[in-house]
Amino acid sequence: MSKEKLISRYNAAERINHWIVAVCFVLLAISGLAFFYPAFFWLTGVFGTPQLARIIHPFVGVLMFLGFFRQFFRYWHHNLFNKEDIKWMLSVKQVLSGHEVGDTGKYNGGQKGMFWLMTGCLLVLICTGVIIWRPYFAYYFPIELIRVALLLHAWSALMLIAGIVVHVYAAIWVRGTIRAMVEGVVTHAWAKKHHPRWYREVTGDKHKP
Amino acid sequence: MSLQSQDILRRSASPTQPPIAREHKAEVAKLIDVTTCIGCKACQVACSEWNDLRDEIGSNVGVYDNPADLTAESWTVMRYSEVEQNGKLEWLIRKDGCMHCADPGCLKACPSPGAIIQYANGIVDFQSEHCIGCGYCISGCPFNVPRINQKDNKAYKCTLCSDRVSVGQEPACVKTCPTGAIRFGSKEDMKEYAQERVDELKTRGYANAGLYDPQGVGGTHVMYVLHHADQPELYHGLKKDPQISPVVSLWKGILKPLSTIGLAASLLFGFFHYIGVGPNKAEDDDEEDKV
Repeated sequence: MSKEKLISRYNAAERINHWIVAVCFVLLAISGLAFFYPAFFWLTGVFGTPQLARIIHPFVGVLMFLGFFRQFFRYWHHNLFNKEDIKWMLSVKQVLSGHEVGDTGKYNGGQKGMFWLMTGCLLVLICTGVIIWRPYFAYYFPIELIRVALLLHAWSALMLIAGIVVHVYAAIWVRGTIRAMVEGVVTHAWAKKHHPRWYREVTGDKHKP
Repeated sequence: MSLQSQDILRRSASPTQPPIAREHKAEVAKLIDVTTCIGCKACQVACSEWNDLRDEIGSNVGVYDNPADLTAESWTVMRYSEVEQNGKLEWLIRKDGCMHCADPGCLKACPSPGAIIQYANGIVDFQSEHCIGCGYCISGCPFNVPRINQKDNKAYKCTLCSDRVSVGQEPACVKTCPTGAIRFGSKEDMKEYAQERVDELKTRGYANAGLYDPQGVGGTHVMYVLHHADQPELYHGLKKDPQISPVVSLWKGILKPLSTIGLAASLLFGFFHYIGVGPNKAEDDDEEDKV
């Protein structure tokens, strides 16, 4: 198959942006789970020592937030829900069996839901993260607020991790998707099957199947 | 190999039982008789002396409290409260510091294995070399006691002189108290002695005198005899019914199994979905693979 038949989905800047956020997420999830689950405390070793993990985790968190912030402004307008997304979500069982539903644009209902879940979690994580950040900021907040922030930080982090598990699995399951974020391109067949409306937009194909 | 006490009741962030072969040790308690305290601060000095702490010399903020608050290098401070009771001014003086709870919130909140331990005798002790400086202990404590040292980012608090107690001595503050307001012994003995004091206070007109051994934290290994046990708040805001915050209990309690189930479910779903349905391929992907 010739190179011309491939469709560009993510440019280099978008891909680099995504992978910076992704690497930050992995480091944060590993060290964060270490702080949360006593039996996995040894995972603090991802940053060398437990003390270093405590020190570095929040800085990586800020980097992830900034990276995600940039992504948010790249993609938010592609992630507003419409009727087709409702149709997609109501037929999610059929989608999971491999049969696409609805005239999906750049993102389907599930991806849009994931986008807003990530956005919500990131906002909660950055706000609560600053409140519980020792030794720099925690001193400025009352203890009751710090307690609530600790709970919300853990809770939203766990939601995000569960969400990312789904995000990663979806990318693995739907063949050709990882290539979109690594090489930046997808095949016509991929685009036609999974994102028909987006396919018509980028190819100028007016024929609606 | 280091000397080991092998009487560790609980150890922070440790799912399995720590060494407990010598669990027969009696529970100890420090009894602070607020009614016979004269506020001389000898206990503060003795604490700093024995523990070899040299807090910065602060400045007078217009009240007797000095230092004005607990710090990482001032593990006990006298709290002075001027209150009106029965139409008379009362000067209430309370020695503040770690209460050594039977159910310690600091230990519950701590994420670092072995950074906080509780001995069989009830003493709750920080093992500073394992401390990571996260401050979770501060959020767990219902008495606002632990403080993080800016020099090393480690949390510190009263050890109940665990080093002295382990060799059969009383804590330094007890040793030095000139009026005998601070006593130390087995928790049972201290409760008995407290009862004598309470009975005597009652004969002297303090009808609400009583022992402060709050059950919300399982009782404490530092107890107070109070003239107004019905209003502990009078003593510089001593809590009437201190408990580990329910927010901390949620965070360190139910959230763990719930999130384990959630994470496991999402992983298992992915795995079995793939096994069951197989990859989701677009039609001509196979052709492309051949190229």
